[in-house]
Amino acid sequence: MSVKITIDNTQHTVKKGLTVLEAAQSIGIEIPSLCYMKLHDINIENKPGGCRICVVEVKGRKNLVPSCCTEVEDGMDIKTHSMRVINARRTVMELILSNHPAECLTCAKAGDCELQSLADRLGIRELHYEGEKTHVRKGNSPAISRDPNKCILCRRCEMMCNDVQTVGCLGAVNRGFHSVVAPAFDKDLINSVCTFCGQCVAVCPTGALTEIDESAKVVRALNDPTKTVIVQTAPAVRAALGEEFGNAPGTLVTGKMVAALRRLGFHHVFDTDFAADLTIMEEGTEMLRRLKGYLAGDKDVKLPILTSCCPAWVNFFEHQFPDMRDIPSTARSPQQMFGAIAKTYFADMLKIDRKDLIVVSIMPCLAKKYERARPEFQQNGNPDVDIVLSTRELARLIKLCNIDLNMLPDEDFDQPLGESTGAGVIFGTTGGVIEAAVRTAYEVHTGKDLPKLEFEELRGMDGLREATIDFDGLPLRIGIAHGLGNARKLLEDIRSGKSHFHAIEIMSCPGGCIGGGGQPYHHGHVEILKKRQLALYSEDGSKKLRKSHENPYIQALYKNFLGAPMSNLAHLLLHTHYFDKKY
Amino acid sequence: MATLSENSRKFLVELCKKYRNDEHELINVLHEAQDELGYLPVEVQHVIAGELNIPDARVYGVVTFYSFFTMVPKGKFDISICMGTACYVKGSELILDEFKRRLKVKVGGTTEDGIFTLSTLRCVGACSLAPVVSIGSKVFGNVTPLQVKKIIDEYVEKAEELH
Amino acid sequence: MENTIIKFAMGTCGIASGTQDILNLFDKELSRLNYPAQLVKTGCMGHCYAEPTISITLPGREPVYFGNVNEERARDIIDHFLLKGDKTEGIIPPEGDFSKKQFKIALKNCGEIDPENIQEYIDREGYKALMKCVTMKPEKVISEMKASGLRGRGGGGYPTGLKWENTRKSKSDVKYVVCNADEGDPGAFMDRSVLEGDPHSVIEAMIICGYSIGANKGLVYIRAEYPLAISRLKTALHQAREQGFLGENILNSRFSFDIEIRYGAGAFVCGEETALIHSMEGMRGEPTFKPPYPSVKGYMGKPTCVNNVETLANIPAIIRNGSEWFASIGTATSKGTKVFALAGKIKRTGLIEVPMGTTLREIIFEIGGGIKGIKKFKAVQTGGPSGGCLSEKYLDTPIDYEHLLEAGSMMGSGGMIVLDEDDCMVSMAKFYLEFSIDESCGKCAPCRIGNKRLYEMLERITDGKANMSDLQKIKDLSVVIKDTSLCGLGQTSPNPVLSTLNQFHDEYVAHIDEHFCHAHQCKELIHYVIVADKCTGCTVCFRNCPVEAIYGDKGEVHTILDNQCIKCGICFSKCKFNAIIIN
Repeated sequence: MSVKITIDNTQHTVKKGLTVLEAAQSIGIEIPSLCYMKLHDINIENKPGGCRICVVEVKGRKNLVPSCCTEVEDGMDIKTHSMRVINARRTVMELILSNHPAECLTCAKAGDCELQSLADRLGIRELHYEGEKTHVRKGNSPAISRDPNKCILCRRCEMMCNDVQTVGCLGAVNRGFHSVVAPAFDKDLINSVCTFCGQCVAVCPTGALTEIDESAKVVRALNDPTKTVIVQTAPAVRAALGEEFGNAPGTLVTGKMVAALRRLGFHHVFDTDFAADLTIMEEGTEMLRRLKGYLAGDKDVKLPILTSCCPAWVNFFEHQFPDMRDIPSTARSPQQMFGAIAKTYFADMLKIDRKDLIVVSIMPCLAKKYERARPEFQQNGNPDVDIVLSTRELARLIKLCNIDLNMLPDEDFDQPLGESTGAGVIFGTTGGVIEAAVRTAYEVHTGKDLPKLEFEELRGMDGLREATIDFDGLPLRIGIAHGLGNARKLLEDIRSGKSHFHAIEIMSCPGGCIGGGGQPYHHGHVEILKKRQLALYSEDGSKKLRKSHENPYIQALYKNFLGAPMSNLAHLLLHTHYFDKKY
Repeated sequence: MATLSENSRKFLVELCKKYRNDEHELINVLHEAQDELGYLPVEVQHVIAGELNIPDARVYGVVTFYSFFTMVPKGKFDISICMGTACYVKGSELILDEFKRRLKVKVGGTTEDGIFTLSTLRCVGACSLAPVVSIGSKVFGNVTPLQVKKIIDEYVEKAEELH
Repeated sequence: MENTIIKFAMGTCGIASGTQDILNLFDKELSRLNYPAQLVKTGCMGHCYAEPTISITLPGREPVYFGNVNEERARDIIDHFLLKGDKTEGIIPPEGDFSKKQFKIALKNCGEIDPENIQEYIDREGYKALMKCVTMKPEKVISEMKASGLRGRGGGGYPTGLKWENTRKSKSDVKYVVCNADEGDPGAFMDRSVLEGDPHSVIEAMIICGYSIGANKGLVYIRAEYPLAISRLKTALHQAREQGFLGENILNSRFSFDIEIRYGAGAFVCGEETALIHSMEGMRGEPTFKPPYPSVKGYMGKPTCVNNVETLANIPAIIRNGSEWFASIGTATSKGTKVFALAGKIKRTGLIEVPMGTTLREIIFEIGGGIKGIKKFKAVQTGGPSGGCLSEKYLDTPIDYEHLLEAGSMMGSGGMIVLDEDDCMVSMAKFYLEFSIDESCGKCAPCRIGNKRLYEMLERITDGKANMSDLQKIKDLSVVIKDTSLCGLGQTSPNPVLSTLNQFHDEYVAHIDEHFCHAHQCKELIHYVIVADKCTGCTVCFRNCPVEAIYGDKGEVHTILDNQCIKCGICFSKCKFNAIIIN
C-alpha cells in the first residue's frame, strides 16, 4: 500500500504507515530531529514528540506537526523548510539552548554531541532568549556521571532504562520547567537499582549522561616508575575502536590497537579473550557438572544454568531477582578472572608484589567500572583490576598521546595472558559466550571432535533466541537473551517453572558487548552493531585455534598453577558469589 | 532510609491489596496513603512501589508531578491563599506576600515551629468574598494585608491551646 | 396544609460564606416557633455576590430569593416575612437584571433541588431522557446529539455528537465513557457547581453516552480538591444504583452500565484528554500526540469518549426536548447556552447561564450590574489561561466559539473576569503565564522553556528593565510557542500575552518607556510618598507599617523610606487624609 504526498513542492509516492519523518527520509529529505530515536534492528523506538525540532507544516493543519509522530496520509502537502518551519525550529532550538549550560568546550560529549551538531546545522549563532536555567544536583557513581543540567528531556534514557532494560532506575521527576530525569528520590545511582549497563549513556544526545573518565589515572600509573602496568582488552573493543579514528564500522583493528597500547607505555599488552577461554573452562565445567547432576536426578541441582560474565546482568538479578541468585554460574567474568590470574600467577612470574602491578582493562562496558570496584574482587584493599577504561576513553587517550592509530603496524599480544582462541573472541556478541561454551562442553562431554564449529542457530540479533544442540543424543536446550527486558522474561519463566532450558546466555546490552555502554556512540545507527558482530565472527573464523580448551596457555595455566577447572584454587580465584541487593 | 512503623507498613500493604495491587490505581493509593499518613515520605513510596510491583522511580515521578501530593509533613494549620483570578485581581498577591514575610516561609513551606504551612489554591468559588484565605474549613473573606497578622496570631493562640 | 419550603444554597461557596450557620439558625428558631417548614440543602443558586442565599416558597406561591442573609437578616426574615408575610430587606427580585437575560439548561436544577435526594431529580423529569433513549437505537441518539449542535464546553468546542459517533465506530469489546471534572481554570467553578448541585444530570448523561457508543463503564475524573462535589457524586451514584439506573440491565434494556470515580491530584494539564487518561491509568499526566484520538485508543488502550461536566449536564434536556429545541437556542455555529463564572470588579459576581450569542455587554452591564464603585471598565478576560483580555471595543461581541476566537480570546471553560482601571494588563498577562508555567507538564520544549522565557521578559517589563525590542521578541516567541507546542495548554498559553499586547499596547509601552504602571500595580514601578501639606502627623501610617519604613513624630509630617518600603499599600489604605500618594 502506498500514498501520494507532496513534500517541499514535489510529489512522491511513499509507503503507507510511514511517519512523515520516515517518508521524507526515504526520498532523501533529512528532517532534523532530536528526541526521536529508532533502533531498527532491535525494535526500539523513542518518539515522545517532545523536542518539537522535527516539526513540519502540513497544509490544512492549524499548527505545525511533529514529523516523527505524524503518519503520512494520501494527498498530504508537507513543507519541511518553509519560513514558518525554519523560524519555529530555530526558535525551539534557541529555547533548548537557553536552558543548557554553555560548557561545550569542556564537555565530555564535545564533538560527539547531537545537540551541538544540531545547533550547528540549524545555524544558531546567537541566543535571543535567556533567563533562569534549571539547576539540579549532579550525581556521580563508579561508572556513570550524571549532569541533569545538560538534560534536554528527550527521554531516551528513560525509555532504555524502563522499556528496554526494565531496570526502572531513571524516570521523569517534577513537572514543567523543573522537570528532570533522575533516579527515584534523587538518590545517587550507586544507591539505586541502576545496573550500570550504560544504555542510557549510549543513547543520551548530550553530555547529561557520560562515563566516569579514568584515563588520567592510567596516565599517572604509566608514569609511575615503581609500577608495572599491564592491560587487557575485551573482545568487542577491537571491533569498534576503529570507528573513533574514521574507520568504517566493522573494521577490525586488533593489531593496531595492540600497537597503540604498547606505544602508550603499557609493559604488557594482554587480551581479555585469554580470560574468556578460561571462563569457558570454568563455566563449561560447571555447566556439565550441573547438567550431569540434574540428569542423574540430584534434587539439589538447579537448571538452567545462566551465564555470569555480564556485570550489569549480575547487578540486575541481585537487585530484581535475588531469590534466584543460586541459578547463575558462579564463574567470575573474564575481566575479573584476568585480574585474579594477573595479580597472582603473573605477578609471581614477574616476582613482584601485587600492589606494584597495575591491571588496566579496556572494556566496551561501563558496568565493568562498577564490577572492578566490588569488595569481593579485592585482596586487602588491593583490587584485582585497578582501572577500567571504556573503548571511548581509550580512543581519547590514544589521541591525547599523539598516536595515529591508522598509521600503526599490526602487532601481536604479549604472552602468557595474550593468547586466545576464536571462542574467546566471540564473547563480544550476543550468542557468542554460549557458542564458545558449547564448542568446549560438547567435546568434553562427548569426547568427540565437533564436525562444524559455527553454530548458526545460536547467532543473530533477535532479542530472545533458542536452539537445541544435539550433544550426541542429549538434546541440550539453549536460550539466549540480550537486553535486560528480554532477560527478565526468561527469569520470570524460570521462576514460574515454565522454562525448559538447560543453559541460558544473557547479555545486558542490545547486541551484547558490541553494543555496550562504553562503545563509540551509534547515534541511532544500530546497523553498526551488526557490522561489529560480523567483524568478531570473521576474527573467530581466521583463528587457528577456535576452542577454548585448545588454548595452550590455558592448558599451561591449569598444569602449572590452577590444577583443574573448579579446583580449590580455581574456586578461590575464578568463582564468586552473589548478594541480595533488594532493599 | 528511615524505617516505617509496622502499623504504617501494614496499612500500606492492606491499602494496595484493596486496589488489587494494580499499578493503574497508583494515584488512588497515594491519595489514601496521604490522607492517612499526612504525607508521602520516601519509605512510604518505596513500600507502595513494592506492593504494586513498579519501580520506585515511577512512584516518585507521579508524586512529584501532582501538586496535591507532598513529601514533607504539613504544619498544624494549612494557610491557603486563593490565587484564583478573581482573588488575584482583588489583591491576593499582596496578602500572600504579607503571609510569606510574616511566616518567613515560601509557598509550600512549613514554619520552623511546625504550626503553619503556607500554600496557594485556585478558586474555592467564594469569588464574592475575594480575596479569600482559607485555613482548614474556615474561610476568611475580603482579607487585607493588615489582617494577616491578626489571623496568624489567632491561630498561634489556637496552637498553644491545643498544646 | 403544605409546608413552606426553605432552600439554602450550600455549594462550597455558600458553605464558605456561612450558610450552614444560617440553616442552623432557621432550624432552631422555626422548631422553637413550631413553624411548619421543610429545610432543603441545595447546590449553588448562582448569586455569588449575595451569599449566603436562600429561597423561600410559601405554600402555593412563587419562590422568593433572599441574598446576604446574615444572622440579623435571618431573624428579620423569620419575624417579618414568614410570620407576618411582610416584605423584608434582601429580596432578590426574580425579574431583576441578574436573572432576566439568563436561560438555564445545565444549571436548571442547581439551587432548586436537594442534590442528595434522587427523588427530587426524578420529580423534575430526571432520568426521563434515559428512559427515552433506551427505546431508541443508539445511532438515533447520536444523530439527535449531532443535530442538536452541542459542542464541548470544556474549551475546545468539538461537536459532541461527532465525538460520540467516532467512539461508536471504533471496534472494541470494551469502551469507556469519561466525565472530565478536572476543572482547572483558576477563575471557573461551574463544573463543581453542577456536580454539587445536580449530580444526577451528569450521571444520566454518562449512561446515555455509554448506551450510544456501546460502553459499559464510565469514569468520572474529578479534582481531589472538590470534596463536597465528590461526596455528593458518591451519594448520587449510590442512589442511582439503588433505583436501577446504574448496574445490570438498566430499565430492562439489557444495557448495563456503571460509573467509578477517579481522582485528580492537582495538575491543570490533566484537563487535556490524553493527559487525563494517563492520569487515570496511574501515570504522570503528560499528554501524548493525537492521533490516535481517545475515541480510537484511550483509557487502557480502549476507545474512550471524554466529555466535560457542563457538556454532559446539557444532554438530558436535549434528549427530552429534542435536538430542534436545543438547536433553536444560540447562534449559527454555537447552539444552546453557556455557563460563566462571572467575577472580578463587577457588582454582581455569580454563576450565570446565558444563550450563546448574548453579548459581553449584556453579561457585564446587565446581568453583572456593571463595574463596582466609581472605576471604569477596562477589560474582560475569558477563557482563563488559554484565553485573552478583551477591551471595551469588543463589548458588543456576541459570545460564541468563533466570535471569541476572532476577537483574540476563546470560550474556554467559562471563567469571565471583569477588570477595571486598577488592573495592570501586563500583570494580568504575567499572572496567567505564571499559571501556565506552574501547570506545564514539561514534556515539550516550547511550553516548558518558552513560557518561562516569555514570563521572564514580562517580568523585565513590570520591573522597568525592558526595552522596546522586547515587545517584538515577545510576539515572535508567543507565535512559535502556539505553533509548536504538543498540547492545548502550550498551544494557548501565550494567548493572554498576545491579546493584551494587541489591545493594550500603550500600557506595555508605558511600562517600558516611562517606567509607569497606570494601574499602580507593578511594585517595582511605584513609590509611596507622603504629601507634606496633607499629612497631619496622626501616626496611623507609622503604626500600621509592617516593616518600619515610615518615620515621623506625632503631629509632624511623616516620611516613607522608599528602600525599606515593601509596597504593601497598607499606609495608603489607612490614611484618612489622602496624604499618601503613589508616584
